[in-house]
Amino acid sequence: MSADEQHRPISAGKASPEPAGLQPGDTAASGTGNAPSDAATSEQVGAAAPPPMASPAAPADQESAGSGTVAGAVGLPSLIPEAPASIIPAAAATPASGTFVAAYEHSAVVRFCHWLNAFALLVMMLSGWRIFIAFPSFGPRIPEHKLLNIPESITLGGWLGGALQWHYTFMWVFTATGLIYVGYLIASGEYKTMLFRPRDIPGAWPMVRHYFFFGPKPKQTEAYNPLQKLAYTSIVLCGALSVLTGIVILRPVQLSGLAWLMGGFHLARVWHFVAMCGFVAFIPGHLLMVTLHGWENFMSMVRGWKKNPDYF
Amino acid sequence: MQRQFANQEFKRVSRRQILKLTPLVALGAFAIPPSRDYLLDRGVAFTDWAATKLFRTGHLAPTYPDSALTPLNRFPYNSYDTDKPEIDPDWSLEVSGLVRRPGNYSLDDLRKLPKISQNTRHVCIEGWDLVASFAGARLSDFLNLIGADTNARFVYVECADDYYESLDMEAAMHPQSLLCYEMYGKPLQAGHGAPLRFSLPTKIGYKSAKYLTSLKVTNVLTQRSYWGDQGYSTYADI
Repeated sequence: MSADEQHRPISAGKASPEPAGLQPGDTAASGTGNAPSDAATSEQVGAAAPPPMASPAAPADQESAGSGTVAGAVGLPSLIPEAPASIIPAAAATPASGTFVAAYEHSAVVRFCHWLNAFALLVMMLSGWRIFIAFPSFGPRIPEHKLLNIPESITLGGWLGGALQWHYTFMWVFTATGLIYVGYLIASGEYKTMLFRPRDIPGAWPMVRHYFFFGPKPKQTEAYNPLQKLAYTSIVLCGALSVLTGIVILRPVQLSGLAWLMGGFHLARVWHFVAMCGFVAFIPGHLLMVTLHGWENFMSMVRGWKKNPDYF
Repeated sequence: MQRQFANQEFKRVSRRQILKLTPLVALGAFAIPPSRDYLLDRGVAFTDWAATKLFRTGHLAPTYPDSALTPLNRFPYNSYDTDKPEIDPDWSLEVSGLVRRPGNYSLDDLRKLPKISQNTRHVCIEGWDLVASFAGARLSDFLNLIGADTNARFVYVECADDYYESLDMEAAMHPQSLLCYEMYGKPLQAGHGAPLRFSLPTKIGYKSAKYLTSLKVTNVLTQRSYWGDQGYSTYADI
């Protein structure tokens, strides 16, 4: 399913003018957007009077649940790419009592790759630090500078050989899940919602102001805000950099051409380290944002569906 | 895609979606030592297998001008080598296995073979590396001299310090793989493996065994590599 379908809101804007900043014809901007880690709330839908949502804590209507009744026309609007809001049945937007709305945000492929890749990345970083301890420097051995003192207790593998075993094993998992993930995003067109492009540059600074300097929250017109796009795009590039430099460090002779492109064996090690630093920078921010945006946001990466998405 | 759910149905759909992720539970095998060790061993073996597919016999390791050499006195050797083994003054290399002319070969026998001198990069598994000058006979020329069966799979060597190492035949036949008896134009120093060592620019440092005492051409290995048997890669290609 395409990203447009996934992130198309049913109700937003139904009775209201389009939110300011929404670009007509831009499919990725065709709604208030899926904002898995951003509270694109009713304030931005404006006075559109967001549809009443059944609280997830509300007791289930056992009868309707038992009979398998769900609101009719489910998903129907999402099958019509540019359906005018007026033809969307009101029933689809107003949950019946005892029901609630959920959005399918992440397909099984994406979720599977995300968790397997996350595990592999953790292994790669912890074992990589142990490998770095064996020679905590770059370039030739002498003079050896101990650039960084990484405590062994936070590393994986116990010794250089053990760490290399973890590294050699999980590099395949990391690379394979990364390739499948990127391949899926491209094939499904979903990458369009995440790719940071030049037109996202103007929106980046207001988001920085909002996140870091308590600035006003910019209006969100797409699934991901410019900073999210920047983060998700650069982390994929970071992964690609770590794999390419890793291959060069592993096989600098057989792949001497690629090694030359990276400025030689020594620089490949430096770039490999830089990629690791990129992950170190990304992960705490990613975890913090997920925590700030709540349990349902986390669960959407587990079960695909997000209950009562905040972009209604 | 968005839709409405009744609570019951949402539970069912959620369960089905979560079940799709259950293969991830297999990662738990990495928490149990026996299966963890097995899997990590397989991981290294798979990496080595992939390296054999990448290896090109004709692909030469880069060589460097003398100006790029790291001075000999700054070529480190590990503490394992500070207890330099005693070398028999009547040293010779004992050759056995799948060869037509087994026996003992002296340093003079090796010197009669064409002498190859090359400045190549020595890469240590720890991460450091340097460019050094090595000279000696091509291993392939020596295998030819002893009438080795080059269809055999391995060349296995033992060393005076109880070190041992094996090479796949492809790497042994590589034109830059040397039986090295000189470094920097001088006979090998004690710490660097006198009187004879491997110099293998296509392999990681620990494959370049020092203090060689015997060489065997074989299809069967009872032990593969001093470090390889402790968990490092045995193939150890670079």
